Formats: sequence, C-alpha cells, structure tokens
Amino acid sequence: MEELGLLMQGFSVALQPENMMLMMVGIILGVLIGVLPGLGGANGIAILLPLTFAMSPVSAVIMLSCIYWGALFGGAITSILFNIPGEPWSVATTFDGYPMAQQGRAGEALTAAFTSSFVGAFVAVVMITFVAPIVAQFALRFGPPEFFAVMFLSFAAFVGMGRGSPVKTLMAMMLGFLLAAVGMDAMTGQLRMTFGQTEMIRGFDFLVAVIGLFGISEILSSIEDGLRFKGHKAKIDMKVVLRTWLELPRHWAIGIRSALVGCWMGITPAGATPASFMSYGIARRMSKHGKDFGKGRVEGVIAPETAAHAAGTSALLPMLTLGVPGSPTAAVLLGGLIMWGLQPGPMLFVEQKDFVWGLIASMYLGNIAGLLIVLVAVPWFAAILRVPFSIIAAIILVVCAIGAFTVNNAEFDIVLMLIFGIIGYVLKKLEYPLAPLVLALVLGDRTEEAFRQSLLVSEGDLTVFFHGWLSGSIMAAGIALLAWPLLTAIWPRRARPAAA
Amino acid sequence: MTMQHIGGRDMPRAVQAPDGAAAGAATAEAFVPERRAVAGVSVRTMEIATSLCFAAAGAAAIWDSARLGAGWGADGPQSGYFPFWIGLLLVLAAAANLLPLARAARARGEDSGGPDAPAMFLTWEQARTVATVFIPTTIYVAAIPFTGIYVASAVLVAWFMARLGEFSVWRAVPSGIATALVAFVVFEIWFLVALPKGPLEEFLGY
Repeated sequence: MEELGLLMQGFSVALQPENMMLMMVGIILGVLIGVLPGLGGANGIAILLPLTFAMSPVSAVIMLSCIYWGALFGGAITSILFNIPGEPWSVATTFDGYPMAQQGRAGEALTAAFTSSFVGAFVAVVMITFVAPIVAQFALRFGPPEFFAVMFLSFAAFVGMGRGSPVKTLMAMMLGFLLAAVGMDAMTGQLRMTFGQTEMIRGFDFLVAVIGLFGISEILSSIEDGLRFKGHKAKIDMKVVLRTWLELPRHWAIGIRSALVGCWMGITPAGATPASFMSYGIARRMSKHGKDFGKGRVEGVIAPETAAHAAGTSALLPMLTLGVPGSPTAAVLLGGLIMWGLQPGPMLFVEQKDFVWGLIASMYLGNIAGLLIVLVAVPWFAAILRVPFSIIAAIILVVCAIGAFTVNNAEFDIVLMLIFGIIGYVLKKLEYPLAPLVLALVLGDRTEEAFRQSLLVSEGDLTVFFHGWLSGSIMAAGIALLAWPLLTAIWPRRARPAAA
Repeated sequence: MTMQHIGGRDMPRAVQAPDGAAAGAATAEAFVPERRAVAGVSVRTMEIATSLCFAAAGAAAIWDSARLGAGWGADGPQSGYFPFWIGLLLVLAAAANLLPLARAARARGEDSGGPDAPAMFLTWEQARTVATVFIPTTIYVAAIPFTGIYVASAVLVAWFMARLGEFSVWRAVPSGIATALVAFVVFEIWFLVALPKGPLEEFLGY
C-alpha cells in the first residue's frame, strides 16, 4: 500500500490554496470550453498551454487537466439541452439525453449525466492510482525496441479498432508522421522536407495544428447550416438532484460495466468516443427495455457518460507511464510535460513523485469540484449558447489566433493555423479521423527515435523488434490489430454469397 | 450532425399535371423524379482531390528522403530512412483509397449515369455561407503582420457582429474595440505575453 502514502503526499500538494484556486479556474474554463462550439478539450488546452510556462509544472498540469475534466462535463450540457454534442464523445449522450429534455426531464438527464461522468472518472482514477505505478515499474525495463513496439501497438489500435475506414485512418496517421518529420532532424542535424523554406525549419508545432484542426475547422463546419441554437431550459433544483440520485443506484450494473468498458478503451488508445458508443450499445442490448432506448431512457445517458469519462480519464495512464497518450487531449498534455522540461515515460514515477501524485490527487479533487460546479451552474453555462453565433465565432477565432501565435511567438504560425483549419474541415467532412493525425504528429519524433535507436543496436536488422519476448509479443499484437480490418473485409464477402 | 442534410437524394416529388383542372386520367398525380440535382462540389470530387493531395505529400517525402539518403549510412539509418517508408505507405494508402472510387466511376460510366444525384460535399449555398466566415478570417490572418493583432481583432469582431449578426454599427464597433482592449489587458499586462503589434500601438507608445 505504498501507493496510499504517495497519494496522501499528492493530496498535500493538490490541496495547497494556489493549486485549489487553479483547479477551480480550470474546471470553470473547461466547462466553458466544452460548451462552446469550436473549442474543445484538446485545442482549449493547446491555446492555454503557453500561458502556463511561468507556473510550476504541478500547478500547470493541475489546471490543464482540470480543464480536461471540465470539458468532459461540459460536453454533456450541450448534448442534452441543445442536441449539439459539444465533444465527439457526447454524441451518444444526445440519443436519450435530448429526448429526455424534450419531455421536460432535462434536470434529471443532466444530473444523471454529471453523476455518471463522476462515477466513471472516479473508477478510472482509482484504477490509475493502483495500476499506473505497476505499469511504470514494468516499463522501466523497456529499451528502444519495446518503446517502438508500444507506439506501433497504439497506432495499430487506431487502424484495427477505429470506427471509420482503416485506409483513411492510415492516411491521416502517415500525414501526421510526415508533418512531425519536417524540419531539423534531431539525430543528424540535417534539414528534412523544408524545401528551401526558412519558415519550415522549425517544423510544425502540433499545438498550432491542434488549434487549427479542432478549432478553426469546427467554426467553419458549424456555420455551414447557418447555426441556430434552439435549446431547452436548464434548471436543476435540489429536489430533482436528490430524486435522481435515489434512482441512480438501481442502474449500478450499467455503471460498472460502462466504467470497465471506458477504462479499457481509454488505456488502449481507442479513446472516449468509441467507448461511449460501445457502452451505449451494450446497455441497449442487455436492457429489458431495449426498444425504448432513444426515446429518453435514463440508462441511455448513464452508459455513454460513464464510459466516456472513464475513457477520457484513463487515457492519462499510458501518457504518464509510457509517454504514449491515449487521446488527443492527453497528447496535448504530454506536449505540455515536454515543454515544462519533464521527460515523459516511466522515469516520471521515480524522479517526479510530487508531480505525478499531485496530478493523480488533483484528479480526485477536480472531479468532485467539477460535479459540484456543474450541478450548481448549469443554467449559466447553458445561457452561453444564447449569445449570438456571430459574436461567439469571432471571439473564438481571435482566441485561436492569439493561441497559435503564443506557442512560438511566430506570426507564420497563425497562417499555419488557418491552413490546418482548412485541412481539418475537409478531412472531417470526408470522415478522416483526426485523432491519429494529431497523435502521430506528437509522437512522430519519439517513434522515429526509438525506431532508429533500435536499428542502431541491431545494425540495421529489422527483426530486432521480435528478439525480446516483450517487444515481440507487443509487435505481434499490433500486427494482429492491423490485420483485423483486412480479415473482416474478407470474411463477409465470403459469407454473403452463401447467405444469398 | 451536419452530414445528414447533404447527400440525401431529392425525393421523387408529386407534380400536378399542367392541365390540373381537366377531368380524366391526366389529373392523376404523376410521380416525376425531380432531376434538379443540388449544385455544388460532390463528395467524390473532394475524395479524389484529397487522396491526390495525400499522395503528392507522400511523393514529396519520398523525393526529399531519397535526396538525403534513405539507406544505411556509416553512423546508422540516414535522415531519410524513416520518412521514406512513411511517404511510401502514404502513397500506397492513398492509392488504396482511390481504387474503389475509380472502380465506381467505371461502373457508372457503363450504365451511362442513373438518375441519382451524387452525394454533396458542399452545395454552393453552403459554400456561400462558409465563405462569409472564411473570407474575413483569411483577411484577418493576412492583416495581422501589418496592423497587429489588436486592430485586426477589433475589426473582425465588429465585422462579424455587423454583417453576420446584423447588429447596428453602434453596437458592433464598440464591442470590437472592447474585445481588443480586454485581450490587451489579459495578455500584455497580466500574462506579459507580447502579441504582434502594428502602427497604432507604436503611435500609442507600445
């Protein structure tokens, strides 16, 4: 139970008044970001990251991770009240959440959503508390081949477990790797793919890419149909909260199942979005009232919210222990670690105990604070969407431009942000997944480094990744995941003529 | 969410016969499939263009990596080693994405075009709406090096409010200036982050 002692030490860090303040600020900003179209967890944190340089890493990560929790909570508000999923993982919440609001049960739906989000996050944090140190301990023995194998596995998981076309996933990912390679090669000092342009020597900063891909593109696509928000009144009084809380324990089985699905999908980088859909699907299939789903069943809100929050939270486990983030937002936080001068990976648990355990402790506190804040302040947050879109859009554009500039104090980055915005807009409309692109852009350099170091050791022998039992089995799992879409593509084609 | 409106084919629509008042069989409602396809850029065109762009990016990477050396140097893998294979994978994946599109095009060529309208990436009407946001944003980004970010932001907010939000100029302009002032206080004074400035700030002594 060494973890408990360390956790207590973490609480003493997180409970410092300054950190508590930042936690509150983070949660409120996060909910705001989650509610506003065009700002999400990933690009919201990307915009604010440069402002945290002056803070200590612990305070900075506490504030930014609280923005993440806030954004997870905020996504549910717009899904339920406005039928607009603020975040991709809250799409499944609209299925039953919006009908509930239409029936005048908005308060019940919101309470259920927030509470189950909290439960999902709590299960995931407990899991992180006890599993992360073990994984980190284990990962201390990793060499370059093992690290490359882990990254290979995470990228293969996108192809194998993604919901869209595996070819498009692969294309988005490879583009991310290429963009990461642009600029100075850290190992030889040579300039790569700059094509004689001095602006390209710095390479593409993924924060700028994230702001463009998720922020600008979102503004462009939300204007498409002439955005009008038509929402339902949000009012939560204590009576509704208590009544819903009394009812919720009846759905404990759904809660536990969804939390487990979420934790699993969060650690493997499938992410929160598939987790929410999957657990919604399971809940519908296993329910006696399965055909009533989509008409306003509270289970239809509990299942996706629990899973999404569990997945979003547990995405930090591989980020902290292996340096491989499980979601775009976790990737941005990872970028933050590097900027604050911390080396992500298992050594973090040995060398930066205060940082790691302060962060984990703040996850407990941040989620409790988040639950209270959203329950109390829902009407105010919902009122934001009544501000005309012309004002919101202009301000978000200005905020994005300032954010892109402050990353490197480079005016050219604002141009890049706009270009990434167009790319993101086109790719999103053609259903290319953006998460693998961002993750490849973040991890590209380190993946390449692990790859090249492995080859250096083996003197160019590619089988080096299969020499150790550990890297070998991780690689094998990755290859199996990569082959999965091919297998499923062949399978039904064989089966169909027989059935016809 | 936004995709469901696009791409839906026009439903066959009941059309009244021209001599609607006349008695007899001619008055029966005839179902004439409406051929007025929604004008715009089709998903297929964009798919092909995007795949070609991806392939071009991959080809550029292969070319540049070959220039740097994509093999094995005296000190290990050369700089171009990793991007070379990534570029190759990208070209192959783009080709794999194009293949079904090309096959579908050939199939359509054979039955010389059915009545189905192609799925739309963006109708012209939507394109116009998107342009109302996109063009000012582009001008905004282009103007920042010359005017500084504060003046450009004030103009952008005022423009959006006046043109898209139909606010009166008397409300839009002060709002724009207020946004710029708030940004100035937050970044230059609180966070001590210097943002791009132009002639106006210089004139005011910053």
